[in-house]
Amino acid sequence: MTEVKSPEAPSAAVPSELTTESTRWSRLRPFLPLAVLAVALILPYSTLHLPGIFEGALNSPGTLQLLAVCLVFGGLAAGYDLLFGRTGMLSFGHALYFAAGVYGTDILITRAGLPLWQAAPLAIVGGTILAGLIGAVALRTVGIAFAMVTLAFAQVGAILVARDFGGLTGGEEGLPLDVSGVPAGLVGVANTVNLYWLALAYLVVVVFVVHRVSGSPTGRVLAGLRDDERRIGVLGLDPYRFKLVAFTLAGGLAAAGGVVYCLIVGGASPHITSSELTLSLLVMVVLGGPGTRWGPVLGGILYMYLDHRLVSVGSSGAIDALPAFLSRPLSQPLFVLGTVFILAVYFFPGGLASLAPRLTLLRNALSPRRRG
Amino acid sequence: MDAVILLTLTGLGLAALYFLVASGLSLVFGLADVLNFAHGLFLGVGAYATWWAAGNLPGAGPDGLGFVVAVAFGVAAGTLMAVLVELVLIRPLYSRTIEQVLVTVGLSLAGVALLQATWGADARPFPRPEWTRQVTTILGAQVPNGGLLLIVAAVLVLGAILAFLQWTRYGLIIRAGVENREMVTALGIDVRKAFTLVFAIGGAAAALAGALGSVYFGTVSPQQGGSLLIFAFIVVVIGGMGSVVGSAYAAVAVGLLQQFVNYYGTSGLGDICVVALLAVVLLLRPQGIAGKVATA
Repeated sequence: MTEVKSPEAPSAAVPSELTTESTRWSRLRPFLPLAVLAVALILPYSTLHLPGIFEGALNSPGTLQLLAVCLVFGGLAAGYDLLFGRTGMLSFGHALYFAAGVYGTDILITRAGLPLWQAAPLAIVGGTILAGLIGAVALRTVGIAFAMVTLAFAQVGAILVARDFGGLTGGEEGLPLDVSGVPAGLVGVANTVNLYWLALAYLVVVVFVVHRVSGSPTGRVLAGLRDDERRIGVLGLDPYRFKLVAFTLAGGLAAAGGVVYCLIVGGASPHITSSELTLSLLVMVVLGGPGTRWGPVLGGILYMYLDHRLVSVGSSGAIDALPAFLSRPLSQPLFVLGTVFILAVYFFPGGLASLAPRLTLLRNALSPRRRG
Repeated sequence: MDAVILLTLTGLGLAALYFLVASGLSLVFGLADVLNFAHGLFLGVGAYATWWAAGNLPGAGPDGLGFVVAVAFGVAAGTLMAVLVELVLIRPLYSRTIEQVLVTVGLSLAGVALLQATWGADARPFPRPEWTRQVTTILGAQVPNGGLLLIVAAVLVLGAILAFLQWTRYGLIIRAGVENREMVTALGIDVRKAFTLVFAIGGAAAALAGALGSVYFGTVSPQQGGSLLIFAFIVVVIGGMGSVVGSAYAAVAVGLLQQFVNYYGTSGLGDICVVALLAVVLLLRPQGIAGKVATA
């Protein structure tokens, strides 16, 4: 596990004794997330066109929906990192709790006729309890076996959804959300901006929770579990309990993400239950930088963005002009992302988050020479 | 009675498919500690190579000897793929288990997308000999020949792998390596050569499963490997990591359970029973039917 993390922890700030410029930077640095948040909050008021990056203006519903999905997945990846990057648990079943949130909300609203304010808490509590129960069984195994067991349980979820037991899930076709149970402010194309803010709020909550947990004594135990589980046992702490807490919490966060996603997309479709979703969460976390505060968030946002955009880029003229043996693979987002992922595992073990410290090291190594 | 015999034989056909995928996975995991998510890709490569050869390779065809040539080509392609993956991607990450898993995950995503890019996402009709479309009447039950072919192939592969492990020097090294890799390394034997070998065996078995599975289903599609892989994982865990015989028992148990429950219960219930079986086995006997304790 420890190998995933680069030894120079990205949170360890820039060596600040070098120049006045970098001290000013390090003083401003804690406010950077707040500034980004402020920009993200007022983004929907901008009518800026970014050709090539987004298809419409920034405040067009299409762009806002894409951004909202990206934000939800940024939050999901941050929640998954609580397991993978911070506790060292390789779960292949995280899609299950996300799907529990999506389908829970959808079924409670559409089939049971509950209003959103009742359905959403029920779905989140249900997803959390599910994670707790499955974690209680799966955590009896460790390492690779744990990965396989979580994968198998998630597969049950996928089968249940696809086979449509009791006519609840709508099977292969999915289940469109009945909007009569949802507040009017969250329905319709014109209100996409509210969903965007909802997604942003979800991301902020997840980052806050993960940050608080990893800073708490429990978080230090989790980091200890990642580095050396036996030592935690020797210290008289029960690894099983701490792992179960992390697993349940991450499951609950994923379920909450599912609620938001259900509202953004306006329904549920069976592909979110597939193991591929968990695999892509893993890709997001590793690309972003496991065990860091912003890495998984960035990884999640970037991955979802690329996943959406590469489809349209892939069918654009620039790619089509290439010979067939190049253009066809490049039009498959998963091919591009999978290849980037493999390269990242070899050449960027710390992901995007390790880029900044690496560049700083490089700059520090170069700057005295420039001066002399 | 007919139904029971038919279900038993089709269940065994399914078990054969699982075994062909799981045996390689189990050996690779038992010896090299690599959880190989790209194993489904080997299956896909085998299936597509066979499909391609049947149409394009001179001497190969959908029938008779040509079909044997086509399958041989598919198996060779799968083996080559597996060896390349081991040499190029897995070997540099030796003893870094998590990274190896990550690389195989990336490979499975990219590889399946590549198959999809080349031959399309939709299932394609698979060229198969005329006799595999027909049924054989066994004790009054009409059993599809494709399933019987799978069973025969799986039994042959099981026998071949066991003979190889039992009576050859490399088989001995593999068996010893599964038991205690450090000891074998300490004796001055290069275990990494054996890694490549088990990858080759696993790739060949998976490619064979891809080719014959496509004969059985009648179609070939890029996602075929992925859905089989999850059940193959379950078979590996139930059977015990590193044990080929355990995989065989577990494959039979899983295949029969799935087939019978899906027939007599609701469709899909059998798949859930299989996972329940996995949970029970893990709680009662975490090391599987016959194998070393399943830890990383």
